Parts: sequence; structure tokens; C-alpha cells
Amino acid sequence: MNTETLIPKLGVVTDIRIDTPDVKTFRVVGLDGKKVFTHIPGQCAMLSVPGVGEAMFSITSSPTNEQFMEFSIKKCGCLTNWLHAMDVGQQITIRGPYGNGFPVEGALKGKDLLFIAGGIGLAPLRSVINYVRDKRQNYGSVQIVYGSRSKEDLVDYQEILDEWMADEGIQVNLTIDRAQEGWDGHVGFVPNYVKELQPDIHKTVLLCGPPIMIKFTLEGLKELGFSETQVYTTMELRMKCGVGKCGRCNIGSKYVCKDGPVFRFDQLDELPNEY
Amino acid sequence: MQKLALANLGRFFEAVAARQALYLPVEDAGGQASFQRWAPGAKLSGALNTTRSAKDFFFPQTEDLVNFKVRGKEIEIIDPRTEQEPFVVFGVRGCDARSFSILDKVFLADPVDTYYQSRREHGTIVSLACTRPEETCFCTSFGIDPTCPQGDVTAWMEGDALYFAANTPKGEALLAQTAELLEACGDEAVRAQQERVSAILEKLPLAGFSTQSFGGQVLIQVFESEKWAGLSQSCLGCGTCTFVCPTCQCYDIKDMDTGHGVQRFRCWDSCMYSDFTRMAHGNPRLTQKERFRQRFMHKLVYFPANNNGEYGCVGCGRCLAKCPISMNIVKVARALEGDCK
Repeated sequence: MNTETLIPKLGVVTDIRIDTPDVKTFRVVGLDGKKVFTHIPGQCAMLSVPGVGEAMFSITSSPTNEQFMEFSIKKCGCLTNWLHAMDVGQQITIRGPYGNGFPVEGALKGKDLLFIAGGIGLAPLRSVINYVRDKRQNYGSVQIVYGSRSKEDLVDYQEILDEWMADEGIQVNLTIDRAQEGWDGHVGFVPNYVKELQPDIHKTVLLCGPPIMIKFTLEGLKELGFSETQVYTTMELRMKCGVGKCGRCNIGSKYVCKDGPVFRFDQLDELPNEY
Repeated sequence: MQKLALANLGRFFEAVAARQALYLPVEDAGGQASFQRWAPGAKLSGALNTTRSAKDFFFPQTEDLVNFKVRGKEIEIIDPRTEQEPFVVFGVRGCDARSFSILDKVFLADPVDTYYQSRREHGTIVSLACTRPEETCFCTSFGIDPTCPQGDVTAWMEGDALYFAANTPKGEALLAQTAELLEACGDEAVRAQQERVSAILEKLPLAGFSTQSFGGQVLIQVFESEKWAGLSQSCLGCGTCTFVCPTCQCYDIKDMDTGHGVQRFRCWDSCMYSDFTRMAHGNPRLTQKERFRQRFMHKLVYFPANNNGEYGCVGCGRCLAKCPISMNIVKVARALEGDCK
């Protein structure tokens, strides 16, 4: 094992897909053309451009993809602006994988799964969704509720239409915040849509999105009869080291980079509400 | 136990420095003690402690992690480290000596921080027993015995001699280097000093201070205490407490364009600063109250929760002496004690 956790490896961006006006998905491989490392769905990696910055991103591709890793990144700061402006062929640095990931080979196995995502919150869940699709026999039913501000802001929209919706046994429910031309699907916020859909309360839920969406969705799920022990989410706080030493991503005694980013809501209940 | 005549102290330092870098507390013109590399004529400070802690030796204020050369779209990664030279730190007090084992729990935990590890492996600690503890001292609250500090070698200065006891193979090797200056002796003088100093320790104003009611089990109660607002009200967020603290280990990683490449370095950071946790989408610790709370929660509650009850404080008293608004861990712990139920 490489113990030099703070010295990154080199990666090269081999494809850039424009997902939405502010989200691009970057395909990354090592200089040898192979994946830089393997990961568990929900784990993250530190990407950097020397001189610009380094930041933690969730790995959106599934580990079952043996060719490359993908990162869906929203343009929102110094480093992400730079990433959005770069071209294919650009080298970047990468280190990881970090964090615990979703228990795809543990507690999620054999369960009926309900994925709920808002906006760029689909990025970490896409890794799990595609992992489950590739190991379909290991899991029960799959339902995906995904919403964004508008049709143009739906991340992975083409993949959702062409692949997820085409899969048998996967129910996809899309919604956008406000009605718009060319959209005949559901309109409304994710938390309300989940309540309208009345999902089976025995499902295991994987929830990710903006903090406010998570808050109201969790409340709605509890009203429907879900317990916090059934709901997983993935957290995001500022990180520098990724290995639980630089001291800034803690929620109480837990470090999001090391003990998370995936938490069950009953675990978060035992921690201070500081995230 | 071995003994060095103080008259030979200069020769002892010279002999040690001939084989490895030697650092010891010396005073500047203003009387402030700090660890400096020994040079002929250097005078060992008689101060109780250095203004800054000894953590710099293993966790320096800034250090290069990795360098990059960037050419067009290509990047080259360069490990900037050269071979670590062996060194001796002489005169570390019991509080700082304990701080190293607290830092070990962070940096040597899996995955090991190899920068820190290399310095630890190459450093030999000669701790020096305290003889004149001050009113800001409370190391005994954390089970530290300043009359017998931990380290590779423990030293006691008493009368006209310096007494040494080696505690580790590294310590034995160091004493072996200076064997011609040392003579075997009994421990009567050291024991007499320990008894004398222990009597002083019992009378110190903070002697009865205890953090025993804190720990992981009271996490939410303490976090939610209403007293944080009042306690943090005057905090300037200057971060002095974190910088002088021997156990504060938070760091930042930054890039600097040198004109010839990019230097990625780490430097001490402080949870007291507003941008410590600031992200593109917001800041979970918006006001000084949350930042202030984080520092004390970490030392009194979070750290023990993750480390079998060990607190992230060694009672060195630096934050008591240096905080510009005279707020400190003792005041905070005493104020919050009642909320630990």
C-alpha cells in the first residue's frame, strides 16, 4: 500500500461531458491508461491542479467500471472554475480513495433501494446506482427519485433516459422545480414528490442533495413511516488531508473524510448538529 | 542513573552536537526562551518553559509536502524530502514531552503521516524535570509527573550536577556517546528534588483542577450548553492559543508558485479562524462561538472519545499566559462542568 497519503498520483482527463450549465463530468485515468485506484461506491478522491488548489470530490462512476473514473463537478469556486475551463488531455493530480462508502456489500445487499437525489447530489449516488445495476441479482427493487431546478439542470440526464429508464425493474421518477416548455414530467420539489409517491416504507433509502432538500426529505420520509436507521446520506465538509489529521471536517468526534462521508441518520443523531 | 558535573555541561553539549543536531532552550534579548540549535557558547535557559511548544520538531509550522513542475498540460511530481538528519532536543518539560504521545495518536494512526514519522524516528528527547512550576501549570491534572517527565532520557538538574536516566534504547545510545563525561550515581539527590517539587505542585492554584467529568459520553450535553455564547463572547479569533498549544495539530495545505514550479506545503492552521471550515456552499461554523466551541470540544470531548479517554491537553499553561482576553481551557472547563450531566 502506498503510505504517502499526501503525495498524489498523476491522472489525465480523457473526456469532458457537459451535463448542465454548471456541471461537467470528467473522465480520469492514470498516465498508463488504467484506473488510478479502485474504490467503493460513495468514496471520494482529492483532485488538484498544482498552483490552483486541491479539493475532495465524490467518485461518480461505479467501481464496476474498470476502464476509468468519473467525477461530476459543479462550478462553484476557484478550483472548479479552472477544471471547467480545461481541455481534454490535461493532467491533474489525484489521491484517494477516501472515506467509508455506502455498504453495498453489507447492509444494502438484498434490500429494496430508494435513491433520492437533488441537483448535483446525484453524483455520489450514481456510483451506487450503476454498481447495483451491474450486480442486479444482489439487490431488490430499485427506485430513483431525482429532481433539479430545471430540465437543463438534471445531471446525467441522457444516461437516465437511455440506460436507467430502459432497465427492467428500475423505476425512475424525475421532477423539476418549475414547469417549463418541453417538460411533461412531474413539477415540484423533491421532498413533496417523495411524499406524493408514497414509497414502500420497507425500502432502504440513499439520500443526497442540498442541505435544505435533505432536511425536508428526511422529515417527509419520517412522516411516511421510515425510520432513521433506513436512511443513508453522504456528507460534505471542507477537507485538506482526507485522512482524518488536518482537523477541519469533523462533526463532533467523527471526521467526514475518514469516518464518513456516508452516515446513517441515526448515527448523525448522536453527533452535534454542526454541518 | 548517571551524573554530569554542571561544570562540564558545555562539553556535554559539544559532544552531543558533534554527532547530531542539538536543540536546547535559550533566551533571546527580551528574555523569551525558545528552542535553538546549539552553537558554541550557547547558554541553556533557566526559564520554566519555552514560549512556543516543542511540537515544531516533529510538526513544523510549515513544511514542504510535494513539489510540481508544470509544462503545458503536463505535470511532474517531485518528493522534496531529503534524508532526515538525527537530532536531539534537550530540555523538554513534562507537559511537552507528553504532547508528543498525543500528536503520535493523530499522525501515527493509520494511515501514518510519513513526514512526522520520519522526524519522530530521528529525534531523541531529553526531558528535563521541573523544579519551579508556575501558577499557570496544571499538567498533574492529566496524570503527568513533571518531576519525572517522559522522554528517551529524563534529566534532573540539582545542585552542581545534571542527573540522567535513559528510558529507551535511543536514550541509552545518547548517553553512551558522552560516557566519558558521566559517572554512575545513586538517585538520592533526584528523589529529594522530586519530593521538594511535589510539595510545590500540591500548592499550585490549579492543583485541584480536573477534566474528569468531560469525555465522549457527554458530547451532546456539553456541545449544547448555553454557556458557549458567553464564554466565547470576547474571543478575538486570533488563534494564539492554537499556535502556542503543544497538542493543536490542525493544518492547512497550500500551493505556492515559486516561478520555477509549484511548492505544496502544509502549515499550522487554527479552528479559531473563520475560513477554516468555509466552503463554496457555506460555513458550518459561522460565528466565533462555533469556532471557540470546536477548540475546547476537541480537547475535552472529541479527542477523548476517539482515544480511550485521553484528553487533548497537557496542562502546559501557555494558553493561560498568552490569551489576550484571558480566556482558557481551565475557565471553560470549570464553567461547563455543571453541564456534564
